[in-house]
Amino acid sequence: MSEPVLEVQGLTKHFGAVTACERVSLDLRPGEIHAVIGPNGAGKSTLIAQICGGLRPDAGQVKFLGEDVTALDTRARARMGLARTFQISALAMEDTVLQNAILGALGARGGTPGFLGRALKDKGLREAAEAALTRVGLNDVAATRTAELSHGQRRQLEVAVALTLRPRAFVMDEPMAGMGSEGSARLTRFLSELRHEAPILLVEHDMDAVFALADRLSVLVYGRIIATGSVAEIRANRQVRQAYLGEER
Amino acid sequence: MIPERWLNGAILLGMLAVPLWAWADGAPFTITLATKVAILALAGVGLNIALGLGGLVSLGHAVFFGLGGYAMGILASHAQSFVPLAETPFLIEGTKSMPVIWLVAVVVSALAALMIGLLCLRTSGVYFIMITLAFGQMFYYFAISWPRYGGEDGLSIYVRNSFPGLNTLDPIQFFGICFAALAAALWLHGRLIASPFGLALNAARQSPARVETIGLSPFRLRLTAFVISGAITGLAGALFADLNRFVSPTMFSWQLSGEIIIFIILGGIGRLYGPVVGAALFVTLEHVLGGFSEFWQVYLGALLLAVVLVARGGLIGLVAGRERPHE
Repeated sequence: MSEPVLEVQGLTKHFGAVTACERVSLDLRPGEIHAVIGPNGAGKSTLIAQICGGLRPDAGQVKFLGEDVTALDTRARARMGLARTFQISALAMEDTVLQNAILGALGARGGTPGFLGRALKDKGLREAAEAALTRVGLNDVAATRTAELSHGQRRQLEVAVALTLRPRAFVMDEPMAGMGSEGSARLTRFLSELRHEAPILLVEHDMDAVFALADRLSVLVYGRIIATGSVAEIRANRQVRQAYLGEER
Repeated sequence: MIPERWLNGAILLGMLAVPLWAWADGAPFTITLATKVAILALAGVGLNIALGLGGLVSLGHAVFFGLGGYAMGILASHAQSFVPLAETPFLIEGTKSMPVIWLVAVVVSALAALMIGLLCLRTSGVYFIMITLAFGQMFYYFAISWPRYGGEDGLSIYVRNSFPGLNTLDPIQFFGICFAALAAALWLHGRLIASPFGLALNAARQSPARVETIGLSPFRLRLTAFVISGAITGLAGALFADLNRFVSPTMFSWQLSGEIIIFIILGGIGRLYGPVVGAALFVTLEHVLGGFSEFWQVYLGALLLAVVLVARGGLIGLVAGRERPHE
């Protein structure tokens, strides 16, 4: 089996007396979508924050591309190629769709952004941004102010910005949240292709999407992973059904 | 609605036309007023880079204005008394040359902005406002209690500093210098807005988490903006001191920091020509209403309230409409 791109070992995080994350271990292998599911308050956001660098774990290790990145901050991990999308869109709402995508391309280029050139006339930035927008189907609305986009379009733009980073792995926090069924189905098809470019760690509530997409699933309950396996294995897992899927039966 | 580009052109032409008309008409005082507008607008353009583009509400920009002023005052006072600033380790003499004074003012203000920014930019919101205010007060009281350069009484410079090839004592020529500085700062601000740096800084104001996840540091972007901003306001301070041929601790006062913010709010936060409109209105009101009443600022306060309540985009927003995304 090939080396995992992203590897989490024994991640533990306490907030006072609350254990938000307890010895969580999982890995993300090339070409796969690894979904993390769990009820509300299971610690999914805490886990993502530790993987992406926003939160320092009390114990455990995060390895990305074979390197220990536990001590690195969000920016350093982003520059290594870890692209994250947010559950609640974190976009520059006053700016146009294209400007948001160009921001991503600017980050991918690295170094200090220029002071006197025109961002929108920069051929390299613009091409990278437009290519990403075309891929998610937002090229028609490139000149629109982001605040005027529909909720679903903002989710697509989140993915487009991540694409401009030419990442080695994606961490997506509920990319389908609040999307209509059609938009959700389209994004599902898109992510299904995207996994061959870079593997995706997918945290998602939409069970249809998760079961359709995931190569592997991890179930997070009260800060612990109670099971990891293929869709079929997880569906058959009694503990999981009791803890989580049982609610939906 | 008039396109903002046209409006900006009209404002710039107006800024030129009024003093030229006054010059032809033989009204030097009007030229002096126009010069004051250009200088205060320049200070406003400086702050607008931090406030409008970076979202940094600095209530301490008088620090840079004052430093620019004292850079001029100290250098020129040594030149007029023929006492060198320092003899060890090497001789530093005073100077009456504007370009040298400007360079010192810009470098000193930029360094101060770097130090202040390194500390203040770790905070945000109300805390940022309070810490910048605290720095302003520190400089203010330091200037008051430093007898060597006049202390509370300030420093007078007898003759305006010189600029190669120009007669700076001629009001219209000095206005030309100040206007050129303002135009250059507006050009720079315009380029910054459209630049990759401006795009990233603007995004850091709206969504710092996003900027971080694409691998850029909101802190560094803001610090850079703060330094550029402080340097421009420092240049304005040096010019302001030359306009009055006088420097005093009031250049460091928090009221002055507040006035610079008022220029921006009156004209429109983040609007390129906002500080120009704001400063012009402020100086005109001060001059016209100040003739009727000592308490003219009551009317300024009422106007400010009206602008904040009715026209959120300031006067530029009122005429040119909502800001369009920068191309």
